[in-house]
Amino acid sequence: MNKPRVTEADLHSYLDGELPAPERARVEALLADDSDAEQRLGEYRQVVDLLRERYDGVLDEPVPQRLIAVTSTAKRRAFPVLLRCAAVFAWVALGGLAGWHLHGVQTREDRGAAPVWAHRAAVAHIVYSPEVRHPVEVGADQEAHLVAWLSKRLGTQLRIPQLGAVGYSLVGGRLLPGERGPAAQFMYQDAQGQRLTLYVRTNREQNKETAFRFAQDGNVRIFYWVDRSQGLALSGEIDKEQLLRVATAVYQQLNP
Amino acid sequence: MNEFGTRVQELIPRLRRYARALTGERSAADDLVQDTLERAWNKLHLWRDGSDLRAWLFTIMHNVHVNQVRSRAASATVSLDDEAADAPVRPTQADMLEVRDIDSALGRLSVHQREVLLLVGLERMSYDETARTLGIPIGTVMSRLSRGRERLRAALAGEPGPANLKVVK
Repeated sequence: MNKPRVTEADLHSYLDGELPAPERARVEALLADDSDAEQRLGEYRQVVDLLRERYDGVLDEPVPQRLIAVTSTAKRRAFPVLLRCAAVFAWVALGGLAGWHLHGVQTREDRGAAPVWAHRAAVAHIVYSPEVRHPVEVGADQEAHLVAWLSKRLGTQLRIPQLGAVGYSLVGGRLLPGERGPAAQFMYQDAQGQRLTLYVRTNREQNKETAFRFAQDGNVRIFYWVDRSQGLALSGEIDKEQLLRVATAVYQQLNP
Repeated sequence: MNEFGTRVQELIPRLRRYARALTGERSAADDLVQDTLERAWNKLHLWRDGSDLRAWLFTIMHNVHVNQVRSRAASATVSLDDEAADAPVRPTQADMLEVRDIDSALGRLSVHQREVLLLVGLERMSYDETARTLGIPIGTVMSRLSRGRERLRAALAGEPGPANLKVVK
């Protein structure tokens, strides 16, 4: 019979600490006599070390808010699907109530409450930003088509801000129903997958401008403003200062 | 309930690490983690207190991922089979073990081999835990691990072609 050799299974089991003490001793004795096997063991160990070196860093990255959100609210925990339905329902209900709400909007806005369209922007953010498979209707790879299509539907020339300088890239966009007609939503995300949405609607008044206004709806923070023929609202689940930084970048891009 | 949420949250970084290595892409990985967490939440009633939460979550992630790969397989060239990964391995510079090399070498393994390699290598699961998490026999864990590691070793050592069995002297 041939001299017993170290098998591949021995090498891996040894490396992964799967062997009981007597077995370890047996493998070690064989390795001492088999330099080829010892070299292979070293190479396998290197493979494992490289993998850890490459991916262990993920453990220290901040966890995107959208992942924490799944596990943090009681409602979502038990009924994620129901909650999404509820969000859609709330949105539809808002549409139905818009006429009624609009009645009081002017005075309410003066008291600092967000207008209906900003609420709609926040609800649209809540509905679409957690979406995994269909976050947008048209992706960033078809940006020219996206801007042409939505400009046509909204009846105003839209521009899509490039937010790379503040760490966000375009995911894409979709058409939404606004109070009086079509509205648009552009979605962005950062390297951690944190998503922001920019909601655009058309105004009746052509030459109005407002400062940034801030509103908060649950976890969603919104900066909204009016810029000539467009109303814009930037929604996200990031803190107010960060969101303002992005809103400022959006404003600057659209008003060079 | 709250305590459960906290325990799950503590495991998110590990789910992300595994998903990142499994998919090789950051946003796809986080989408996979999100799908996994949502599925876990829907199946909360099936989880028995006192059982291994980590293994339970990784099992769910495995199932979610396999479904994703299957639905993508119709239109793409992703394959689950151990054999299908035998595409030629382009030789890399033998003396350079670079981070990028490990990414692409890992991407050339079959999904099945990658799962085992990562659960054992990154999660440091025992062979037995790995077998239970993936729902496969322990012998299959060992053969996938052995073949997967051999492929990675060969690719990183710059050996051309799919890893062949070493000629016994």
